[in-house]
Amino acid sequence: MSFNQKPKVAHPSVTKNKEGLTRRDYEGALSTLCAGCGHDSVTAAIIHAIWELSLPPHRIAKLSGIGCSSKTPTYFASDAHGINSVHGRMAAVATGASAANRDLILIGISGDGDSLSIGLGQFAHTARRNVNMLYILENNGVYGLTKGQFSASADVGSQLKKGEKNPFGPIDPAQIAINMGASFVARSFSGDKAQLVPLIKAGLSHYGFAFIDVISPCVSFNDHESSTKSYMHTRENIHEAAHIDLIRDAQTITADYQEGTTKALTLHDGSRLILDKIDTDFDPTDSIRSLTYIRDCARKGQVATGLLYIDRDSIDMHDHGRICDTPLVELPMETLIPGNAALQKFQDILH
Amino acid sequence: MKTERINDFVLKIANVNGSGSASANSLLYKSIHHSGIPVSAKNIFPSNIQGLPTWYEIRASAEGHVSRSPRVDFFIAMNPRTIAEDIASVSPGGYFLYDSTRPLNKELMRNDVTFLPIPLAELSVEAFPDVKVRMLMKNITYVGAAAAFLNIELSILQTLLNETYARKPSLAEANMKAITMSHKYASENFTCPLPVRVERNETVSNSIIITGNGACALGCIYAGATVTGWYPITPATSIINVFGQLCQRFRRDADTGKLNAAIIQAEDELAAVGIGIGAGWCGARAFTPTSGPGLSLMNELIGFAYFTEIPVVIFDVQRVGPSTGMPTRTQQCDILPAAYASHGDTKHILLLPANPEECFYFTVQAFDMAEHFQTPVLVLTDLDIGMNEWITPRLSWDDNYKPDRGKVLSAEELEKIEKFYRYLDDDGDEIAARTLPGVHPKGSYFLRGSGHNKYGQYTEKSAEYIEVVDRLRRKVQSSAKTLPPPIIETAENKYGVITVGGCHLAVKEALAELAKDGIKLDYMRIRGFPFSPQAEEYIDAHERCFVIEQNRDAQLRSLLILETRAKKSQLVPILEYGGMPLDAQAVTAKLRGAIQKEISQ
Repeated sequence: MSFNQKPKVAHPSVTKNKEGLTRRDYEGALSTLCAGCGHDSVTAAIIHAIWELSLPPHRIAKLSGIGCSSKTPTYFASDAHGINSVHGRMAAVATGASAANRDLILIGISGDGDSLSIGLGQFAHTARRNVNMLYILENNGVYGLTKGQFSASADVGSQLKKGEKNPFGPIDPAQIAINMGASFVARSFSGDKAQLVPLIKAGLSHYGFAFIDVISPCVSFNDHESSTKSYMHTRENIHEAAHIDLIRDAQTITADYQEGTTKALTLHDGSRLILDKIDTDFDPTDSIRSLTYIRDCARKGQVATGLLYIDRDSIDMHDHGRICDTPLVELPMETLIPGNAALQKFQDILH
Repeated sequence: MKTERINDFVLKIANVNGSGSASANSLLYKSIHHSGIPVSAKNIFPSNIQGLPTWYEIRASAEGHVSRSPRVDFFIAMNPRTIAEDIASVSPGGYFLYDSTRPLNKELMRNDVTFLPIPLAELSVEAFPDVKVRMLMKNITYVGAAAAFLNIELSILQTLLNETYARKPSLAEANMKAITMSHKYASENFTCPLPVRVERNETVSNSIIITGNGACALGCIYAGATVTGWYPITPATSIINVFGQLCQRFRRDADTGKLNAAIIQAEDELAAVGIGIGAGWCGARAFTPTSGPGLSLMNELIGFAYFTEIPVVIFDVQRVGPSTGMPTRTQQCDILPAAYASHGDTKHILLLPANPEECFYFTVQAFDMAEHFQTPVLVLTDLDIGMNEWITPRLSWDDNYKPDRGKVLSAEELEKIEKFYRYLDDDGDEIAARTLPGVHPKGSYFLRGSGHNKYGQYTEKSAEYIEVVDRLRRKVQSSAKTLPPPIIETAENKYGVITVGGCHLAVKEALAELAKDGIKLDYMRIRGFPFSPQAEEYIDAHERCFVIEQNRDAQLRSLLILETRAKKSQLVPILEYGGMPLDAQAVTAKLRGAIQKEISQ
């Protein structure tokens, strides 16, 4: 960790977004994670993405559980509300927050221990309910805060620092998310900001449960030669299914996309998602082909990244429950409490 | 000549569960109520869907003693598999109505019981040739014979059926046909009515019939609750069933058909309470209903909400524990686990209603207190209160009610202040103002279940931590004066009883019984925790208090010893914990024994 807090003063020439805020305004407290931790790169990507999207910080609610990953919300958007809940239960708290105030921008940050072991049930069911939120899983294959035990995403045969081999197969959160009904599923690498920032922006623009599995190496306990979640291993084996860009507000497309390998998708909020350099046997709108693609990559020892699955027509928890459009917290109490006349009338049938 | 029992008897019906007996039994219950007689009903059912025995007990008492009574004056036997134990259960001098289509084993007959053979199945075959209809009418048939024997007026039954089947008059007609048929048979073949009977009282109380769970659900509507995370569990589930129905009635937008409420069936109780806490954090009035096993699962998050000061209301409809226990039997076994739910130093506000009326009003108060004190509030009822249908005084609502939302800073207020600190109590009432996500940039803060100081910042410093948890202790303690005070009825007797929740009917009846023998006891019913100072004064004023409750380990007594000045020796436990609703005879006997022991010492 670093001890030198940068002053939050920006040079007048620094670019401001539509909210009149600089990127520095989206920063949080100084990270207390280990120097070189992948999670800090994820934090930087989040800051970049929410600044580019000009999100009003106080409309954001940051949520997490317990673990190194769950410290992340402290390190970005200090003007946003944050809740650091209990281990594995961020998803339920986010579900309740969404139920109460559907207009909040919910960003949940979790880890592989938090989401794939103790919180696997909540992760699965929140995806299944298609709660409208961005859910980032910082995946390093290891329990960091308790000093280096295997997590459920550790690959079979991968080794701990002291040489102990993992006998169990990994749980792939991306595949689980697709199977459980998440409507936006992506994977990225903390070391690939060019890929990660557009994915975060797209996830935040998506209506429904947007899930991003980010391979985020643990420099202290799982970045050695026999690790499959190390910087080296991930860099060597990453396989991008499709690169994406998010185009908002009728912005003209300037990049030079090759014909035949580019696909444009319009999202719920009107922004356009440009998928570039798509593998020919890949279609992110088809969950079965997507799952096959991910598994094929895994069999070859590759990690499929990029936007893996999207269902733009999905309906979220509120639509399923036919819950009103106004955030429930904004309904005046007078409209919620029926009054004595209604109570008396109702009781006429109770005898 | 048999002893007359007019408007004072117990009617018990044996059925097979899943056979559709509920409507027939409920009809008998309601008809006695509509005859103007105080009455109660208990559904004694198995943890099963179809095929196991179930009993329905109705107690009519002109004097108003309607706690459960083990005596049986009139039995209707509709379950061949339990007939031997059913016959044995009838009180001497009682009556036993059975379906005589098949002969009764003579060896089971008793001389001190009058047997009333009615060929119910045979009558049905003649009246309803269609097998489907006959199956539907199977149980309703005994209602007619019972009405003849017990002097329940057919016109009352007719009125109730017409109301029940207002939209299906043909069903009302078929039901009435079955009733009239067996009524006629009984009247023609036996001397009707029996000495055990109803004599109609012209004034019928303006009461309603409602379950405790129904009243809690209604309370949630009237408290303005909008979010619930829930997981199915007996005996709490019907809170949600009713809440859902009430939302369709009271919370549905006529134009869009959308609901002003979110009812989220969670994957388990961990998520159920997590949803409630997430919603409470964002400013919605949120609740979750559960029972013992669910409460066990919720413990970690209850501690989180306590420490981070998030309001949420938890209903615990208590059932027999430990573990799965007996899910369809009643107990008061979660008093201690609820008071101190979660690890670490915690203490929670408990509301302890005794009947549906209190369930309704206490529920509204629970939401007010949860938001005022920014903490979880638990409403502890039990299966007997929650699932049985109770004759209840009509509920009323004060249209001037203003919900107590507690200290929540608005955008305008935040605009004015220099800086917001979440846990800073600036007026000495032990409560710090909170802000809601999304309202104003100045209200933003980071909420954590880890150690924090009064500014809401992470801390591992002893003094800062102690400052926060000491304030939490004082905050919860200060809620005692807001909680409903104990009900105290005292004549400065030497001895008193202390009881809680659904015990009250049986205890009051036992006290009346003992008073007949000149044994006079004072009465106190606890209705909230932390305890009111009045509770402590009551204990001080008595040489001995008998603490009557429904659990093995005297949990209320333990809590009183822990949280008041009371000495162990001052509080004598009187315990019933077999899972049946408390009966006055058992309480009377135990109190009598305990008092004799006191006197002889």
